[in-house]
Amino acid sequence: MTHPSKAADFVDWRRGQISREIYVSEDVYRRELETLFTRAWLFVGHESQIPNPGDFFTSRMGEESVILVRDKAGVIHVLLNSCRHRGMKVCRYESGNTSLFTCPYHSWTYTTDGRIRGIPLYKALYEGNLNRDEWSLVEVAKLHNYKGTIWATWDPDAPDFLTYLGDAKIHLDQALDCRDGRPGGSEVIGVHKWVFPANWKFAAENFLGDTYHNPSHRSVDMIGIGPSALEGVKGRRDNELEQAQHVWCSFPAGHGVHSAVQPEGYEFVDQFKNDPEIADYFRYCHEERKRRLGEDARFLPFVGTIFPNTSYHGRQPRSLCSWHPHSANETEGWRFFLVDADAPTKIKDFLRTYYMRYSGPAGMTEQDDMENWLYATKASMGTIARRHNFNYTQSMGASELNPVVNGIEVRGDVSQQVTEHMAVGFYRRWAQYLDQEPWDVLMGKGDERFTPKAAAE
Amino acid sequence: MDATVETPRILRDDAYYTLRREIEEFYYDEAECIDTRRFTEWLDMLHEDLRYFMPMRHNVKFGQHAERENTREDEGISWFNEDKWTVTKRVEQILTGVHYAEEPLSRTTHMITNVQVLQALPDAASAQEVHTSCRFHTYLNRVEYETYNFVGKRYDRLVRVDGDWKVRHRKILLDQNILQAKNLSTFF
Ligand code: FES
Ligand SMILES: [Fe+2]
Repeated sequence: MTHPSKAADFVDWRRGQISREIYVSEDVYRRELETLFTRAWLFVGHESQIPNPGDFFTSRMGEESVILVRDKAGVIHVLLNSCRHRGMKVCRYESGNTSLFTCPYHSWTYTTDGRIRGIPLYKALYEGNLNRDEWSLVEVAKLHNYKGTIWATWDPDAPDFLTYLGDAKIHLDQALDCRDGRPGGSEVIGVHKWVFPANWKFAAENFLGDTYHNPSHRSVDMIGIGPSALEGVKGRRDNELEQAQHVWCSFPAGHGVHSAVQPEGYEFVDQFKNDPEIADYFRYCHEERKRRLGEDARFLPFVGTIFPNTSYHGRQPRSLCSWHPHSANETEGWRFFLVDADAPTKIKDFLRTYYMRYSGPAGMTEQDDMENWLYATKASMGTIARRHNFNYTQSMGASELNPVVNGIEVRGDVSQQVTEHMAVGFYRRWAQYLDQEPWDVLMGKGDERFTPKAAAE
Repeated sequence: MDATVETPRILRDDAYYTLRREIEEFYYDEAECIDTRRFTEWLDMLHEDLRYFMPMRHNVKFGQHAERENTREDEGISWFNEDKWTVTKRVEQILTGVHYAEEPLSRTTHMITNVQVLQALPDAASAQEVHTSCRFHTYLNRVEYETYNFVGKRYDRLVRVDGDWKVRHRKILLDQNILQAKNLSTFF
């Protein structure tokens, strides 16, 4: 198949079809690195990983290594991890505390705010030719600390982070806020990092709210590994949403989420029943959250992807993921596990053991996801396979703008039945990044889904 | 200061070598069970109070290895940190026949080498508990082209229950930082 010069030609959203090329083509992959990962807001790490001046955590943006660091004055920076002299990685530790990044190659040194501290033999060899102020480590154009999560972009023209997040904010909030409804207050208790042979978009799309893939987790649902499994509860988590109306939302900036709204006067579903003390704690959190948030407490998260490659799991288990691109058919997954920083040790211990048996390459649930992503990528690489589009027509036309669900307005292009329209929305934006559209378009300008009907007429 | 952690060494006498052979034999039986997919039988070789632990390995500065190289059992996230209930669940999951990450089943070969007894309680001649160290090389191939090699060190505490050795505590040090595999769907 010849490659359309416009990425938009890969995404036939009117018919709900998307070309397999976008998951396998090296050419498309290069364009993603150049046009998408250089512009979009990317999740880099969490404040709790760098609490003290001089603390750093080595992260990634796209294919590239960056250092998330708190400088001596306490200011957070994200710096490209590549020496300005010949490119050597100035930091090959995963995390730690330092006052200087010393390049192993020729020993240029940089302070924790990225500025050059020393160049060996500067006076004899460089004086008059090199202005030290111009050779700091490359720093991101914009950085935002949102409830402890650090996001960055290389594009100085990018809209500010909260504009970018848009109406996806309150969904992401549910993952970042305390279980008892206090805003923020999460901490990262560990990061899984692993490499799997699949295109990064399979993972990103899965977390947009692919509820339809539930059958692939049948084995774990049959045996029961959730927080109430010892009480004979099957499934991989407590079903706290059994009375809720689920909602699947697509947003102008390309994000997509799956959340739920409890009905008015709903009954609390007992959870974490393996241990009565844990169960009591979460019941308390539930009551307290209700007290703080009122009717809004009926709104609960499930999963979501913040465009392009940051996903979250909001409740059981609770984490943030980055799907770092490695190549067209390889991805590096990083999963940051979250708990309330001030939760009792017993709660943290209970949660971490649950997270570990559920999540990631050793997790009983997600192993089956990885198997699917791998072979879906592999089996789409063939010349014949590439001629045949993927089908995204599920629940096409079933979404509406800003509906009221169980008495609460849910903003976005929202479906109340299992759907793939978030993926279609995601790929519409994706194509516009690759086609280098301006920021107002990337934020949804001209997308008829977000134009109120009255205004359109 | 050396960056290594000291390994205890007990007297090499006849009782030691006899005990070591017995432990090696136990490990070979374990490997045989797993590689021939007799997973339920393998579970019987694990103590009821099992702790099965595989930390993640971090890249840290010289001098910080003892403190920071490996994630910890008592806090935070590791690859595995579980009890017998959870390991049993993993076996149950495979036996459903719809655990797609292991359906069709992978072909595995567990090789165990460099077995040493670090400690024998009360002594080698009448040991009821042993602390061991060994190296493993686990080869996994699944479906057609997928092949992984997991290599590392293992530190076990085995206790004798009614005459049979059981794994009470297993610490698996996989020699990788970012996991070079999509899954850890086999046992170690
Ligand atoms: S590459 Fe860093 S000092 Fe030369
Ligand atoms: Fe899944």
